[in-house]
Amino acid sequence: MAKITFDGIEVEVPDGTTILNAARTIGGGIVPPAMCYYTPLKGSGGKCRACLVRVAAGSTKDPRPMPKLVASCITPVQDGMVVENTTSEQVLNVRKGIVEMLLINHPLDCPVCDQAGECDLQNFAFEHGVSTTRYEEERRTFEKIDIGPLIQLHMTRCILCYRCVYTADQLTPGRVHGVLGRGDASEIGTYIENIIDNDFSGNVIDVCPVGALTDKTWRFKQRVWFTKPVNAHRDCPKCTGNVVLWYKGKDVLRVTARKNEYGEVKEWICNECRFEKKETADWTLEGPAAIDRSSVISANHYELPVVNPQIIADLPESSVRDLEQNPPLKLGN
Amino acid sequence: MEVTTAPAKPQFSAAAQAEIKRIINQFPEDRKKSALLPVLHIAQAEFGGWVSPEVQDLVAESLDIKPIEVYEVSSFYTMFNLKPVGKHVLEICRTGPCMLRGSDELTENLERITGAKVGETSPDGMFTIKMVECLAACGFAPVVQVREKYYESLETPEAVDTMLNELRSMVHRPLLPWEEQKTKS
Amino acid sequence: MGRKLLTEHINVEGIDTFEVYRKHGGYRSVEKALKTMTPDEVVEEVKKSGLRGRGGAGFPTGLKWSFLAKPEGVPRYLVCNADESEPGTFKDRQLMSKLPHLLIEGMITGSYALGARTSYIYIRGELLYVLRILEKAIAEAYAAGFLGENILGSGYSLDLHVHPGGGAYICGEETALLESLEGKRGNPRNKPPFPAVQGLYARPTVVNNVESIAAVPVIVNEGGDEYAKIGIGKSTGTKLISACGHLNKPGIYEIELGVPVEEFIYSDEYCGGIWKGRELKAVVAGGSSVPILPTELILKTATGEPRLMTYESLSDGGFVTGTMLGSGGFIAMDETTCIVRNTWNFSRFYHHESCGQCSPCREGTGWLEKVLHRLEHGHGSLHDIDLIVSVAKQIEGNTICPLGEAAAWPVAAAVRHFRDEFEWHVKHPQEATRYGAVYPGKAVLA
Repeated sequence: MAKITFDGIEVEVPDGTTILNAARTIGGGIVPPAMCYYTPLKGSGGKCRACLVRVAAGSTKDPRPMPKLVASCITPVQDGMVVENTTSEQVLNVRKGIVEMLLINHPLDCPVCDQAGECDLQNFAFEHGVSTTRYEEERRTFEKIDIGPLIQLHMTRCILCYRCVYTADQLTPGRVHGVLGRGDASEIGTYIENIIDNDFSGNVIDVCPVGALTDKTWRFKQRVWFTKPVNAHRDCPKCTGNVVLWYKGKDVLRVTARKNEYGEVKEWICNECRFEKKETADWTLEGPAAIDRSSVISANHYELPVVNPQIIADLPESSVRDLEQNPPLKLGN
Repeated sequence: MEVTTAPAKPQFSAAAQAEIKRIINQFPEDRKKSALLPVLHIAQAEFGGWVSPEVQDLVAESLDIKPIEVYEVSSFYTMFNLKPVGKHVLEICRTGPCMLRGSDELTENLERITGAKVGETSPDGMFTIKMVECLAACGFAPVVQVREKYYESLETPEAVDTMLNELRSMVHRPLLPWEEQKTKS
Repeated sequence: MGRKLLTEHINVEGIDTFEVYRKHGGYRSVEKALKTMTPDEVVEEVKKSGLRGRGGAGFPTGLKWSFLAKPEGVPRYLVCNADESEPGTFKDRQLMSKLPHLLIEGMITGSYALGARTSYIYIRGELLYVLRILEKAIAEAYAAGFLGENILGSGYSLDLHVHPGGGAYICGEETALLESLEGKRGNPRNKPPFPAVQGLYARPTVVNNVESIAAVPVIVNEGGDEYAKIGIGKSTGTKLISACGHLNKPGIYEIELGVPVEEFIYSDEYCGGIWKGRELKAVVAGGSSVPILPTELILKTATGEPRLMTYESLSDGGFVTGTMLGSGGFIAMDETTCIVRNTWNFSRFYHHESCGQCSPCREGTGWLEKVLHRLEHGHGSLHDIDLIVSVAKQIEGNTICPLGEAAAWPVAAAVRHFRDEFEWHVKHPQEATRYGAVYPGKAVLA
């Protein structure tokens, strides 16, 4: 075990734990953001630099500070390490810079992007960035491509986190897409016209932190904050069948894997569950999926249908209308 | 004009196959992929100076790796031409030390003489002009590389003419060592 | 006239053949090491020599060797970094093409010291013709019993292979080089783990520059202490300097570390002064990534001491008034040189060579290039000058590998010392962008 001090909070974690995961055991607002690191994917992390932190003391044995900020997602803790995240002005400034870098070539087309409302980059920019840009040059753009009938690749939005490549490598036998080109001309692609076709390919949609890989069966159907996530399961021969159904009224608009509070998939799901089972009758419903209170989805008063609306005074008009059109869902039928 | 389109199902020559085998043997048995860059060089030499998707698939096959693993690599490294090129690719160094000694002027001259703009092939299919970064010949600037040969100190029109004449008179590209061995034996 | 430890015989006819090389004392270090020394004793001599990595970082080679992990039963590797691509640097190409056996001898002695049974020379793909020269020389060394099984009856066996890159500056970074040697994209790895623990194929690996390895034979032959007598302070031995740009005699010079910069530029023994009888304007002393210095600061330090060709003297004054010896790529610029154009050119290089893996470098290098392009072509604003300094700062120190710093330093230094010239481009765009325009003003010293 190693004891470290993270933003003034002492925590003890097993040897070999990364700084980021040590911070996650504390939880809350001090956890560094992560745009590329993804616990279920081996080898991920270290690329986006969003999680850089300052190591003020390396360890009890060698208490010197580390000369540069380190990527907390891949740097293991040492006993006696002292880490500064939100307590270091340098870290916060560098993070502002990282937001700026990630956004200079990002299209900012959130109003028409399916990921808006559950986008890691949106959250990252909102929480850590500045509201202006200094970038005057032309942005990098790519053509949209369909990689198969179910997934669309919108490379212009990609931040090159490599998560989808690791997913394909680690979940499927024959990876056909990868990172092509170099530098800021790098792109995710298949090089030749090729479709990603295997039972677990849909998971690349769930791991994508931005709207670069989207579910074509859900495309432009609804803003995510107008839908209601419900946990459900079914007997599936290929995967565990544990999913989240996203309802609008009585319609299941999309199916995704269940994620933890850091947006990481808990169990991979198969394409049949994701793309083909869009009827409530296909599923056993378990109840509303837990949603972070500060999220955009929650901001649309997602909890309201399961409490008695009468007891809340001054209900915003928008939600009243929503309630009228969509009466509370009967669960467990 | 020499047609550089690769045949539909390309095959390595016997000499190339022997060379590939020799290179694979330089690495541990489960590390065949290590031979990828040298094999891509061989493929580019064998198939008209560029690597088509079909040729890259052949490379993948010869190393037991997935085609995407080859595409990822061939598109990362700048030496591999992913589109057809002319008979000779003039790779002009454009980086600082060469620029200080006239690579900009050299590029303009080569564009004028060959009739090809940067990134293009001349109408007669003889020359493709490609800009590259530092070739590690800064003391002999400006520099042009054609295949494995460096043409250095191209500061005068005469030096440029000598280079172009040598290339124009070349019927075939120079044989590589492993091809020579094959023709001798 | 300084001693030539590496290049003494470089102009001997046929020195690229085993026979001639051997006649001039070649492979003595292999005999000495394998027959009379333990591997650790060889490492000890290299430590004593004070040899510092000649690729640019200047890390002590002996120390690097002593960090190599040696778990039982796990192969370890010595990999030679012959991916010379730092603009301004061309020493390794010359050394390998003219003296291939010197590198091979160093590889054998070094591999013996580290206990490597297979070693690789990773050479940049553009130098395929040098790869042919090396492969021919390696075949000769095998035939003479200096490579292969049971070398010289010592019981030590070594296989040596040359591996070409494919055109990527980033593969000069040691972990990107190892990725490339594994047949992958040249993406630098996150560290730790360092190659000394997990390198090639996740096995312990030492990566050394060509010139560092070529210095091993002389260190073994003459002894580390003897080698350390050459040079000044912690800058021991000789260094190959690649002199280029606006010099009368560009080329490779092997110097004893400690030669005054002024002597190096102006004496006939070395570069013979600035071409066309012009004045010197600025020098990039250690390859394109080190800070540029105006004439006054490259010849003398801020305190008025003559600047010497050593690691310490060149970095005297930090990045405010100093620079670095780096890889020894010495680029001289005469009075007509446009610093803005040159800075844009370098930033275009780093933009082109960024691997694209981490966001500050991928996005920042392109941003720098675009703004510098604007400034150079007379479309910039005064605000842009502060912007590039700020963007450079945002890249520096926040990336996976040192390419971030390499891209940031030249920009920051150019603005630091030549801000007036950048402003001139903004305020007098027509004049500044005229063909052959020469900035009439002076550099800022501190």
